[in-house]
Amino acid sequence: MKAAIVVFPGSNRERDAEAALTQAMGRKPIMVWHRDTELPDVNLVLVPGGFSYGDYLRCGAIAAHSPILREVKARADKGMAVIGVCNGFQIITEAGLLPGILLRNASLKFVCKNVRLKVETSQSLFTSQYEQGQVLSVPVAHHDGNYFADPKTLDELEANGQVAFRYCGPEGEFDDEHNPNGSARSIAGIFNRTKNVLGMMPHPENAVDPMQGSTDGKALFKSMVEALS
Amino acid sequence: MTTATAKITPNVIAEHGLTAEEYQLVLEIMGREPTMTELGIFSVMWSEHCSYKSSRVHLKKLPTKAPWVIQGPGENAGVIDIGDGQAAIFKMESHNHPSFIEPYQGAATGVGGIMRDVFTMGARPIANVNALRFGAPDDPKTRHLIAGVVAGIGGYGNCMGVPTVAGEVNFHASYNGNILVNAMTVGLAPADKIFYSAAAGVGNPVIYVGAKTGRDGIHGATMASAEFNEDSEEKRPTVQVGDPFTEKLLLEACLELMATDAIVAIQDMGAAGLTSSSVEMSSKGGLGIELDLDKVPVRETGMTAYEIMLSESQERMLMILKPEAMDKARAIFEKWELDFAEIGRLTDTGHLVLKKNGKVEADMPVAPLVEKSPVYQRPYVPTKPQPEIDPASVPAPSDLLAALRALVGSPDLASRRWVWEQYDHLVMGQTVQRPGGDAAVVRLPDANGKALAMTSDCTPRYCFADPRTGGAQAVAETWRNLTAVGATPLAITDNMNFGNPQRPEIMGQFVGCIEGMAEACRALDYPVISGNVSLYNETNGKGILPTPVIGGVGVIADVAKSVPVAFRQPGEVILLVGETKGHLGQSIYLRELHGREAGAPPPVDLAAEKRNGDFIRTQILAGTVTACHDCSDGGLLVAIAEMAMAANLGATLRMPAQSAVPAHAFWFGEDQARYVATVAMGDADRFLSDARKAGVPMTVLGETGSNALTLVDTGTISVADLKVSHEAFFPDLMSAGS
Repeated sequence: MKAAIVVFPGSNRERDAEAALTQAMGRKPIMVWHRDTELPDVNLVLVPGGFSYGDYLRCGAIAAHSPILREVKARADKGMAVIGVCNGFQIITEAGLLPGILLRNASLKFVCKNVRLKVETSQSLFTSQYEQGQVLSVPVAHHDGNYFADPKTLDELEANGQVAFRYCGPEGEFDDEHNPNGSARSIAGIFNRTKNVLGMMPHPENAVDPMQGSTDGKALFKSMVEALS
Repeated sequence: MTTATAKITPNVIAEHGLTAEEYQLVLEIMGREPTMTELGIFSVMWSEHCSYKSSRVHLKKLPTKAPWVIQGPGENAGVIDIGDGQAAIFKMESHNHPSFIEPYQGAATGVGGIMRDVFTMGARPIANVNALRFGAPDDPKTRHLIAGVVAGIGGYGNCMGVPTVAGEVNFHASYNGNILVNAMTVGLAPADKIFYSAAAGVGNPVIYVGAKTGRDGIHGATMASAEFNEDSEEKRPTVQVGDPFTEKLLLEACLELMATDAIVAIQDMGAAGLTSSSVEMSSKGGLGIELDLDKVPVRETGMTAYEIMLSESQERMLMILKPEAMDKARAIFEKWELDFAEIGRLTDTGHLVLKKNGKVEADMPVAPLVEKSPVYQRPYVPTKPQPEIDPASVPAPSDLLAALRALVGSPDLASRRWVWEQYDHLVMGQTVQRPGGDAAVVRLPDANGKALAMTSDCTPRYCFADPRTGGAQAVAETWRNLTAVGATPLAITDNMNFGNPQRPEIMGQFVGCIEGMAEACRALDYPVISGNVSLYNETNGKGILPTPVIGGVGVIADVAKSVPVAFRQPGEVILLVGETKGHLGQSIYLRELHGREAGAPPPVDLAAEKRNGDFIRTQILAGTVTACHDCSDGGLLVAIAEMAMAANLGATLRMPAQSAVPAHAFWFGEDQARYVATVAMGDADRFLSDARKAGVPMTVLGETGSNALTLVDTGTISVADLKVSHEAFFPDLMSAGS
C-alpha cells in the first residue's frame, strides 16, 4: 500500500494518522500540502482531523473546494481508496464524495471521550479485519459530528450496506444514551456506493497502542494494508 | 483621549493608572513632558501586570535554581532539562478580568497567550492545563461564566491541536464578581535549541509576524491592574478576540523557522503588545530599537501610534532576524499565509524611537523605562491564626455513608467530566493518563516510553485561614499528585491570584503564601521556574480568597510503570500511607455538612511529605503498587470512593481498632502527606515491612471487591449509587432553568 495524508494548515491529527499508518505499513505515508494540485502515486488517501482552514464557516465547506480535494475526488471517482476521519469526514462529505452532512452536535458542545462502535459490515477494504457485529472502543473528539441525511438517503445507505459503524452501548444496543452527537440512526461512519470511500467521525488513529487505552483501531489500518498491498 | 494633541492633565494621568509620584518619575526620565504615546507606554510598562511593582520584592524569596533548571523566571516561560537532550518548557498565566467580562474570548485568548509564551521559546506545546475558580454555584452569573469559559478554553485548544489534559475547578462565593482563569501550557523542545528574547546585533531587522493589529485590547494590561466595579462591563472593548486558526499557522511557521538558523531573538506580543515586546527585547539586549509604525500590518484604518503600540491584538510575534536569513524566513511565513513585515532596526542609541507618517511619536530611553519602574514595599499585616478545631467537637453525621454520598456530589468534589469532555484531551495521541486522576501523564514522542506528568493545585480556603500553611500545601499537593502517578516532580510554575495589594491584610496574605511556597519548594527540591501575578482581584472592595495556583511538572522514565487512581482488580489490599489525626479545620466535611468555614487548615509537615512521597514513588516504580491516589479535599473516604468509582469496583474497609480518632474525623479529615495505595495480596507483607524500614506510617484499611463500599460495623453503599451523586452536580447545574 502507498498512502498519502492531505495536510491543511489547520489539520491537527495528521501526525496521529501518520503514526498509525506507519505502524500498519512499516513505512511512512507521504504528506501532501493543501496547495498541491497533484497527488503522488498512491492507492490510499487519508484526510485527517483538525480544523482545515479554521472552519469558522460550516466545517470543511471551504476545504472541500481546495485544489487538492478536486484531485482527491477525481481519483476517488476512478476507484482509489479514500478515508476521511473527523474533519476529513466533514470535508469529503462537503465535497460530495459521501451523501448527507455533519451538523453541530445535538448537545451543542464539543465532545471528547471514548465511545463504543459496532462494526456493521466486514465486507469492505476498510473493515475486513473486523467481525461483523464486533463492538469497538474508539475515541471521538468533535463539535460537529451529528450525521444527518433525509430518510430516503438513510434507507438507501442501509439497504446498500453503506453504514460502516454505528455508536452503540456495551451490548451493541443503539440508543440516545450511547449516541454522543445525535447522529441519525446512530451512524458513526459510512461508505460511498462503491465502498472505496469511508468517512467516520471517531478516531481509529488514536486507538492503536495499549498506552492509548484501546487498540481497537488497529484492525482498520490492517484491513487497508491487506486490501491495498 | 487617544489623540496625539490631547493635553496631559492630572485626569489623563490617573486614567492611565499612574500616580502623581509615578508621573514625576516619568518627567525625570524624559526630561520633558511625554507625548501621549510615551505616556501610554509608561502606563502599560509600569502597570502592576507588566512591572510586578507590588510583588517583586517578595517573589525574590522563591527558590528558582536546581541543576536541571535551564531557565528560571524572567523569560517567556521556564525551561527544565528532562534528559536525553530534551527540555520541558512551561508557564501558567491568568486571564481573570477579561474572562469575567467576556468569558468565551477572555478564556480563549488566555489559552492562546500562554501557548505563544511556550512556542516562542522553541517548544511545540504538548499539553494544556487550566485552573478555574468560579463564584457560588447558585450565583446568577456562575452558569453563564462556566459555559463561556469552558467553551472558550476548548475552542482555542481544540483547534490548535494541543490536548487539554488536566486542571481544577473550584467554587466559592468570594469569586462571584471576579472569577479566576489560569491557563498553563507545557511544551517540548531540544535542550540545545531554546530561543530567548534578548535582542542582539545593531542594524539587525525587527520583524513583525502573525495577525494584523487592530483596536482590540487597548489597555488590557492596565485594566487587569485595577479593581472591578459596576462599570466594569463597559470595559468589554479592552478584551481581545482570539483566532486559534491564525495561532495554529503562527505556531507551525515559527517552529519551521526555528528549525533553521535565522532567529536572533523572539518574543510574543502578549500583554501590552508591541510595547512590551519591543521594550523587553531591546532592554534585555542593552540596545535601542527604532520602529516605523507605518509598516505595522493593521486591520483598521487611521490607527494612531498610541493605538498601535497599546493594542493587544492576539496571534502576533516580534523577531530579530539575521539579515541574511530574511528571504528564507519570508518564504516560510508566506507558505503559512501570515503577515511578515520588517518594521524597524536595532540601534545603539538605547532609545525606543517610534515614527508614524514621518513624525517622531516617541523617543524614550529603554533602560530607565524598565529599570526605574516603581517597586513598592507595600505595608502588610500577617493573617491572624485561626484556632485549632478539636475533631471530637465536630458532630458526627447520623449516617457516615450518606455523608460520603453528599460529599462526592458537592460542588468542589463532584466529577468534572462535564468540563473535560469539552476539551480534546486525546489529540497528538500521547495522553496516557486522562483528566480525572491525580495528574495527567503525557508520553513524549520518540522517547522510548518517557513521559511528563502535570497537575495544578491550590486550596484557597487553607490559604485564607493561614497563608503560610496554604502556600506550602499548594506546592506539596502538586508534588504529591505527580508522585501518585509515579513521576519525579521537577519544578513548578505559579499563578498568584490575590486582591488589592494596597490593603495591608491582602498584602499579608500574599507575603504569607510566598513564604510558605518558598519553604515547600526548598524542602522538596522543587524550584519555581516561571509564574504570573494577578492582583486587584476584587469587586467593590471585596477580595477573592488568596489563590496561589501551582502548576507542577514531573518526569517518568517508563510510562508503563505509571499507575492510575482506579482500583485494578478485586482481592487487593488497600493501604493508607501517612499519618491520620483527623484534622477537620477548613475541611470540606465541615463546610458541606455543617456550613462552617472555620479553624486552622491541616498542618503541612514537609519532612513527612518527602519521606512518604519518596517511599510510594519507589514502590510504584518497582511495580508493587497497582493503583494510587493522594488524599486531599474531602479526606480518606472520598479518596477511596474516587478510586472505586473510577474502576466500578467496591471495597471492604475497617477502621484501625486502636484509633483514638473519631470515625468521621478519621474518614473525612484532611491530614496531609497521605496516599491510598492498593497492592496484590502477596505483596502486602513486603510493602508493610519496607514502610516500617523507611519510617513511613502505614495502615491496612481493607481490600477491593464487590460492587459496593462497605464500612465494617457501619454499612454499605453501592458504587453505582455514589456515581449517581458524583456525576450529577455539573450536568444538573448547567441544565437548570434560568
